[in-house]
Amino acid sequence: MISAIAVMALGAILLGAALGYASIKFKVEGDPLVDKIESILPQTQCGQCGFPGCKPYAEAIAKGGAEINLCPPGGAEGVRRLADLLGREVKALDAKEKPKSVAVIDENTCIGCTLCIQACPVDAIVGAAKQLHVIIEPLCTGCELCLPPCPVECISIEPIVETVDSWKWKYPVIAITPTDTPKAA
Amino acid sequence: MLQLFKFKGGVKPATNKAQSLVEPVAVAPLPSHVAIPLHQSIGGTPRPIVAVGDKVLKGQKIGEADGWISAAVHASTSGTVIHVGPQVVPHPSGLTADCVVIEPDGRDEWIARNPVDYRSLAPEAVRELLREAGVVGLGGAVFPTHGKLTAAKSVPMEEMVINGAECEPYITCDDMLMRERAVDVVRGAGVFRDLLQPKRVLIGIEDNKPEAVAAMQAAVRATGENFEVIAVPTRYPAGGAKQLIRVLTGKEVPASKRSTDLGVQCFNVATAYTAWRAIAHGEPVVSRLVTLTGNVDKPRNYEVLIGTPMDELLALAAPRSDTDGILMGGPMMGFLVPNFKVPVVKATNCLIAHSDALFPPKAPEMPCIRCGECARACPHELQPFEMYWFSRAKNFGKTQEYNVFDCIECGCCSFVCPSRIPLVQYFRFAKSEIWAREKEKNAAETAKTRFEFKQFRDEREKREKAEKLAKAAAAQAAKKAAEAQAATSAPEPVAPSPLDADQAVKKASIQAAMERAKAQREAAAARNTESLTADQQHEIEAIEARRIAAFGTDETTEK
Repeated sequence: MISAIAVMALGAILLGAALGYASIKFKVEGDPLVDKIESILPQTQCGQCGFPGCKPYAEAIAKGGAEINLCPPGGAEGVRRLADLLGREVKALDAKEKPKSVAVIDENTCIGCTLCIQACPVDAIVGAAKQLHVIIEPLCTGCELCLPPCPVECISIEPIVETVDSWKWKYPVIAITPTDTPKAA
Repeated sequence: MLQLFKFKGGVKPATNKAQSLVEPVAVAPLPSHVAIPLHQSIGGTPRPIVAVGDKVLKGQKIGEADGWISAAVHASTSGTVIHVGPQVVPHPSGLTADCVVIEPDGRDEWIARNPVDYRSLAPEAVRELLREAGVVGLGGAVFPTHGKLTAAKSVPMEEMVINGAECEPYITCDDMLMRERAVDVVRGAGVFRDLLQPKRVLIGIEDNKPEAVAAMQAAVRATGENFEVIAVPTRYPAGGAKQLIRVLTGKEVPASKRSTDLGVQCFNVATAYTAWRAIAHGEPVVSRLVTLTGNVDKPRNYEVLIGTPMDELLALAAPRSDTDGILMGGPMMGFLVPNFKVPVVKATNCLIAHSDALFPPKAPEMPCIRCGECARACPHELQPFEMYWFSRAKNFGKTQEYNVFDCIECGCCSFVCPSRIPLVQYFRFAKSEIWAREKEKNAAETAKTRFEFKQFRDEREKREKAEKLAKAAAAQAAKKAAEAQAATSAPEPVAPSPLDADQAVKKASIQAAMERAKAQREAAAARNTESLTADQQHEIEAIEARRIAAFGTDETTEK
C-alpha cells in the first residue's frame, strides 16, 4: 500500500519536475499569434488602421479588440488571410483599396526643411537642412505619413506603374460576372 | 559511337521546317527606323548613353551594361537618334520599355572594328569583351553569355554542350546558321572551350537536320577541333538545355540546381557564332538570323538588324491577306506580339504570321478528366494536373511543393491535353504570382526592420537627450551654487560654462570658476585692507571704537 503510494508520488514528482523544467526551457517569448498576424500585415507602418504601426494593430487584433478589415494597404487579400488565420468571418475592407504607391518629391518646390525625413517611418527619405530631399523608391512603402508635415506640399503619392519586369501573368480563368445591360449601344 | 540517353515525355508535333529551308539566308534591307530596346537580356537594364540628335555608327554602344549580369546594347545601323524613351516592346504584356530609336542614314557605316586574338588575352578580359559586345544566349533565354563562362570552382568542368537541336516547329534559323556559317560556330565554341576547359565538347543537333550535321562535322574537321557532332532523336523539347544535357551525357540536372553543379555547361549555336564575330571581327551583336514563316508566301531566313519593326520585316516574306497577328518564337513557346510595329530583339528567332486557318482557335477549355496524359508528356517528369489544380485554386504553396519552378513552359502538357486546358498559362500565372508575393514579403520584411530600427533610434535619441538635459541641469545647479558662493564676496559674474559640453569639461570649468571666485575673493579681501593711508586706518579705528561704544560688542557681521 505504502510502496504503491510512494511509487505514484515519485512518478508525479518526476513528471511534474519534467513539465516544470520544460515550461522554463521552452518558454515562448511574446505572443506567437501577434507575430503571425504581423507577418500578414504589409508593414507600411502608415497608421491608417488607427493604431500607431503594424505591430500595435497586430496586438490589438490578437487581443480581439480590433476588426480585421482596417488595413487599406493590405487590401481584401490581407483581410482574407487574416480571416483564415483567426477563423473569423471575411469582411469587406473598411476603406477604399488603393494601388501600391510611392511618394515623389517635386524637386522644384522642396525647400529642404527635413520635416518629411523625421516623419518617414522607414527612413526612406534622404536629405539635409536646406538641401533637396529625395525618396529612395525601393524602400518607400507609400504610407503617406510624409504628406502632412510638408510645409510646401511638394510631396505627391504616385501609384507604381507596371513595367515589363513587374508585369504578372493573368489568372487564365475568366470569371463570369453579371454586368449592367449596356446603355444605348 | 557515343551512347545516347533518353529523356522522359516529350511530344512530336508537325515540324513545318521545310518551307523556310528552301532559300538561303538573305540580308534584310535597311528598315525605315530601328527601335532598340535597352533591356534585351536577363539582369540589369543598360543605361542609355546617347541622346536625341546624336549621330551614331553601326555597332556603336548606346546602352552601358548595368552590373555584371547585364550586357551592352549597340546601334544596329548608322544614323541619327530620334527618340530615347518608352516604346511597345515584344513582350506578352504589351507594355512599353525604354528604347533608342534610330533613323538610318542609309550608309550602314560601321564603327572602327578591332578584331582581337583572344588567346593573348586574360580569360577575364575575354568575358569583359563579350559583355561589352552584348553577347547573350540567343536560344531564347537571353542570359548574358559571359556570366556562364566561369567554371565552378568546386566541380570540374566535364562537358560543354553546344545546342543546335532547334526542336521547336517552324524555326530554322539555327539550322541555316549551321549550314552556312558552321566554321564560325565551331570557332566560337572553341572560345568557350578555352575559357571553360571542359574535357569534352558535344554538339547536339536533331537528326531531322542532316545537312546541318554534315556541315558542322565538316567544319569541325576543317578547324582541327576534337568536338563531337551528334545527331539526337527528333522529339520536342530535345533542345531544352536540361533535356539535351540528359540525352548527350546521361546527367539529370536536379531541381533547383544548375547544370554547372554537375560540370556541364550549355550554349546555343547562334551564341557561339555571335561570340566569334565579336572576338575575331570586332562586331557586337547588332543583327541575328530570323525565320519568317507561317501564313506567308515566301518563307525564308533573313539576317535582320536588331530593332527592325516586325511589320517591315514580315513584308519581305509576303504575308497572306488573312494574317491577323505575329507569333514571336515557335508555336509551342512563342507568344503573339502586342502589335505589328514592335521591334526585332536579340531573343527573336522566328516570326510566324498568324492566321486562324493556320492555327485554328482552341475549342473552349473543358474540365480536367485526370487522364494523366500531361504527366506522361512532361519532359521534366512533373505532374502538371496537380500543379494545375493548385494554381487554379490559387494554392501557391502547394503548387510550389509540386515544383512548378522546374517547369520550362515547353507546352507539351497543353499540347496533349484532351480537355484543351491551357496548362502552361496556369503555371506562368502561379510563377509570377509567387514571385510577386515573395517580393512583397521581402519588402515588408525590409520595411519592418527599418521601422524597428527607426523606433530604436528615436528611443535612443530621446534617452540621450534626457541624459544630456539632466547633466546640463546638474551643471547649471553646480554653477548656480558656485555663483552663490562667489556672490557672497564678489559680485563679478563667473564665465558661464557651455551647456552642451560634456561632463569632464563641465567639471573642469566649474572647478576653474570656483578657483577664480576664490582668487577674486582673496583679491577683494586684500584690496580692502592693503594700500590704506594712515588717515583711513585711523578713521576705521575710530569707527570701530564708536561702534563698540554704541553696541558694547565687537559685532562686525551687522552692517
